[in-house]
Amino acid sequence: MDGMDGQRAERWTADQVLALAPDASSRKAGTALATAARWSGTGSSGTAVWGLCAGSGGTPYQAVVDTAGPAFRCGCPSRKFPCKHALALLLLWAGGEVGPAAHGGGRPDWVTEWLDARRAREERTSPGGRGTSGGGDPEAARRRAERRAGRVAAGATELERRLADLLRDGLAGADREGYRRWDETAARMVDAQAPGLASRVRELGALAGSGGDWPSRLLEETALLHLLARGCLRQDALPAPLAATVRSRVGFTVDSAELLAGPTVRDRWLVLARHDTADDRLTTRRTWLHGEATARTALLLSFGAAGRAPEPALPVGLGLDAELAFHPGARQLRAVLGPRHDTPLPGRVPPGVPVAAALGAYGEALADDPWLDAWPVVLAGVVPIPGGTGWQVADGDGSDAVPVTAGGAGAGAGLWRLAAVSGGHPVTVFGELGHQGFRPFTAWGGAGAEPVPLTV
Amino acid sequence: MTTTWADLVGTALLGTDRRGSTPEELLDSAALAVVRRRAGARPATAGARPATTPHDPRPPLPEAARRRLSLLLADRSVGGGGGSRRGAAPNLAELLPQWLAVANARGWAAPPELLPALLDAARARTDLRPDALALAGPRGLWLAELNSDWRFALRAGAPGVVPDTGDPGAVRTLWEEGLFAERVALLSRLRARDPRQALELLRSGWAAERAEDRLMFLDSLREGLSPQDEPFLEQALTDRSRNVRATAAELLSALPGSALAARMAARARTCVAWDPGGGRIGAEAPYECDAAMERDGVVAIPPAGRGERAWWFGQVVDAAPLVTWRERFGGRTPEEIIALPVADDWQADLHAAWCRAAVRQGDAAWARALLGPTPAPATAVSPVGDPAKLLSILPAPERAEWVARFIAAHGLSEAFQMLAVCAVPWAEPLGAAAVDALDIARDAGSYPWSFSGVMGLAERCMDPAEADRAAPLAAVPAESADTSPGAGAYWAEAFQRLVGTLRLRAAMLAELA
Repeated sequence: MDGMDGQRAERWTADQVLALAPDASSRKAGTALATAARWSGTGSSGTAVWGLCAGSGGTPYQAVVDTAGPAFRCGCPSRKFPCKHALALLLLWAGGEVGPAAHGGGRPDWVTEWLDARRAREERTSPGGRGTSGGGDPEAARRRAERRAGRVAAGATELERRLADLLRDGLAGADREGYRRWDETAARMVDAQAPGLASRVRELGALAGSGGDWPSRLLEETALLHLLARGCLRQDALPAPLAATVRSRVGFTVDSAELLAGPTVRDRWLVLARHDTADDRLTTRRTWLHGEATARTALLLSFGAAGRAPEPALPVGLGLDAELAFHPGARQLRAVLGPRHDTPLPGRVPPGVPVAAALGAYGEALADDPWLDAWPVVLAGVVPIPGGTGWQVADGDGSDAVPVTAGGAGAGAGLWRLAAVSGGHPVTVFGELGHQGFRPFTAWGGAGAEPVPLTV
Repeated sequence: MTTTWADLVGTALLGTDRRGSTPEELLDSAALAVVRRRAGARPATAGARPATTPHDPRPPLPEAARRRLSLLLADRSVGGGGGSRRGAAPNLAELLPQWLAVANARGWAAPPELLPALLDAARARTDLRPDALALAGPRGLWLAELNSDWRFALRAGAPGVVPDTGDPGAVRTLWEEGLFAERVALLSRLRARDPRQALELLRSGWAAERAEDRLMFLDSLREGLSPQDEPFLEQALTDRSRNVRATAAELLSALPGSALAARMAARARTCVAWDPGGGRIGAEAPYECDAAMERDGVVAIPPAGRGERAWWFGQVVDAAPLVTWRERFGGRTPEEIIALPVADDWQADLHAAWCRAAVRQGDAAWARALLGPTPAPATAVSPVGDPAKLLSILPAPERAEWVARFIAAHGLSEAFQMLAVCAVPWAEPLGAAAVDALDIARDAGSYPWSFSGVMGLAERCMDPAEADRAAPLAAVPAESADTSPGAGAYWAEAFQRLVGTLRLRAAMLAELA
C-alpha cells in the first residue's frame, strides 16, 4: 500500500489555500473559478485532490494537487504556480465540495500516473534513495575544493589590502567617488569565488554618502567586512562552528542533499512567516519556522526564476511534522526541509518574550555570529505605537520599546494592519530584531487567534 | 585611555596616516566596538501608547465571509473601473456595497486586519462610506484617529462620532461649533429620532446661517415631514434666498393640510373645472403670476420654449392636494378622473402636473391610476410624466409586477430607469421578464453591450435563487445566418457573467447568514 493513500488528508481552511497564491490576481482568479459549476470529475483520495476544469478551449484542464507537498500539476498553459485552477480546486476541497473517491478505485489514470512519477522523483532525490551524486570522483572534488579555497583566500587578502588603503587615506572623500571603486572591488571578489564578500562590498558602496551619519555606518560595515576577511584567512585557528559560519558568510554553500543525509531535527514546525523579495532575475522566499518541542527557529530560503513563485509554498499558520537539516554554523538558523511525516495541521500562537529578552537574544546570537543584522524573535504581550516619525513596539507593561524599521514598499500598510489587530491591546508579533530595530512579519491578536501576515 | 566611537569615526574620516595609527588597528577596534554596541543594545523608552479600542459587542465575521470581504477589497485595487470588456468574471467591486449592507444588517463586526483596506476603500468611494464605517465600528474610528488619511471617517457622521442625540448639551455644542457635514449628519439623525427637537435646533440660529446651508438644512426636513413643521416652513416662504423659498413651498405642498396647499387648491380650482356642456374637463390657465403666487413658490419665468401661462398652470396644479379633484369631479376615483376627456390640448399638461403631484404627495392610488395598465405592445410607449418616479411610490411587489409587464410588452430599451427603482432583490416575475427580454434581444441579433446597463443591474439586483433560469443561456450557440457575427459568443459570456454573479451573490449571502 503506498503512503499517499495511507495518509488521510486533513482539510485545509480556505485561508491556508489562498496563502499559496503567488499574487493577488491569482487569488482573485482562483476564487472566481471555485464554483462547482466549472468543475467536473472531481475527487480526492489520500492526500490527492483532482478535477477537470472547463477552460476557454475545448478540452478541460486536468488539475491535481498533492496536499502533502503541497505539489501541483495542471494542464493549463499558465506560468503562475500554483495556477488558478489548482487554487480553485483546493478551495472547493476546503469548502467540502470535493467528495472522496472510493478507496484506490475511482482515481483516474492521469492522477495515478502523476502521483507515481512524483513519488519516484522524490525517492530519487531523498537522501536515502539517492546514490553518491555530485560528480563522481571524490579525489577530483577534493582538488576542486582546494583550488577554490586558494582563490577565496587570495580574494580575502586583496580585500584586506584594499580596505587598509581606504582607511589609510580616510573615508572623507568616499562619498564623492561613486560606485566605481566598490564595483571594481566587488567584481574582484566574484572572480575570487567569494560572493558573500562581493555583496558586502556592494553594500559599502551604497552606504558611502547615503546621507545622515554615513561615515559612522560605513565604518561599522567596513569593520565587520574586515572581521570577516580576517576570519576567512584564519579559519584554521577558529573553533569549527565559527569557521563554518565564516565560510557560509563568505559564500561557500552546502549541498541540501548532503545536509539531509546528516542529522535532522524532527519537530512540529509552525510556519511563522513567509516573505518574498524579487529582483529582475530572481524571487527569494524566506520561510521562518518555529519548532514546538525544540523551541528552535529555522529559516528556509528558496529561489524561483523571475515571475515564478519559489517552492515550498507553506501557508503561514500551518504546523507540520517534519525533519529539518540545519546548515552548519555557530548560530544555526538556515535549514533545509527534509521528509514530512504527517498531514499538516493548523498551528498555535507561538510563545514569545518581552522586548528586553528579545534584544538579549539578538545580543547572544551576535556572540556566535557577529555579522547578523537581525535575529528572528517572537515578541509577546507587546503594543504597537504608531508615530509620525516612526513606530515603536513596546511591552504591554513597563517602558521598554524598540523602534520599528520601515521595511520596503508597502510596509506602511502592514504596520496599519498590525495596529488594527492590536487596537491598543497587547499582541504577539513575529519579526526580525536587529541593530536597526524590529521588523514585524506576522501578528496574532489573542489566544487562539489566526496569524495575520503583515508583509503582503 | 578609552577611545570613543566618535574618535574612531574621526580617524576613519581623516585617514590613519594622519592620526599615527594603522588601518588594521583601527578596523580591529571598530569591529570590536560595533559588535559590542549592537550586542549591548538597550530597549528604548516607549512613547505615549494609543488608547485602547472600545469593546465591540458584535460577533466576528464567519471565516468564509472574512475571506470574501478580503477579496472584494482586493479587487478594488486590482481591477476597479477596468476596461470596457469585463469578460465572464463577476465585477466584484460592484458587489461590495451590497455585501457591506447585508453584513451590517446581520450585525457582524469587521475583522481587525481588514480595517485598513476597508477604510482605504471608503476613502476612495464616498458611496461606500456609511456602510463601510458602520462595519468598521469603534475600532475603525480608533484607527482613523491615528492616521490622517482616514480623517474623513471622523467627519462623516459615523455612529459614535456624532454625540448621542439624547445628550442635549453635546448636541448643542456640535450644532454650534461643528463642521457643516457634521451638522447635517447631526440634524438628519436627530430628525429621524425626534423630528420636533430637530426643528427646534434648526430654528435656533436660522437667520444667521448661510443661504446654501439653509437650503441643505431645510432639505433634511423631508424626513419625517409633518403638519408641525408648517409654521416654520410658512416663515421660510419669505426667506431671502429664492431656492430656500422654493424648497419651503415644495415641502408645504407635500402637506395636503397646509395653508399653502389650500391656497394652491383654490387657485387650481379656478383653472380646472368640469364643463357639463362639453362633457369634459375644461382648463383655463392663469393670466398672471401675482406676488402671492410667487410667494407660494410659483416660478414666474418659464424655461425657454414654454408658454408662461401653461407654465404657471402646471405649477398651480402640481402644488394642489390631489383630494381637491375628487371633490371637484363628483367623488370619482383617480382612474375615473384620469379617464375623463380634457378640453382643447390641455390633457398632457394636466396629467403631467398630476404625476408630479402624486410623486410629491406620495399618493399611491393616483400613481397607480396615472401609470395605468401596462400599455399594449402595439401602442407606442407614451407614459405620462416619469414612470420611474411614479413607480417609486408604489409598494415593492406591485412595482416589480408593473415593470415585469412593461418589459414583457416593450422590451428593455426604455426599462433601465424603471428597473433601477425596483427593490433588490427583484421580485420573481421581474427577474424572469428581464431574462426573457434579454433572450429575445439576443435572438433579434443585438449585441449584448447594447444592454450592458440592464445586464449590470440584473447581475446586482436579480434574486440569486434565479441563477438557474439564466444558466441555459450561458452556453455558446451555433452561429446562424441571421445573427450578428460573433454575437453568440459575447452573449454567452454576458450570461455566464450574470449566472456567475448571481451564484456568487448567493454564496456571499449564505456566508453572511
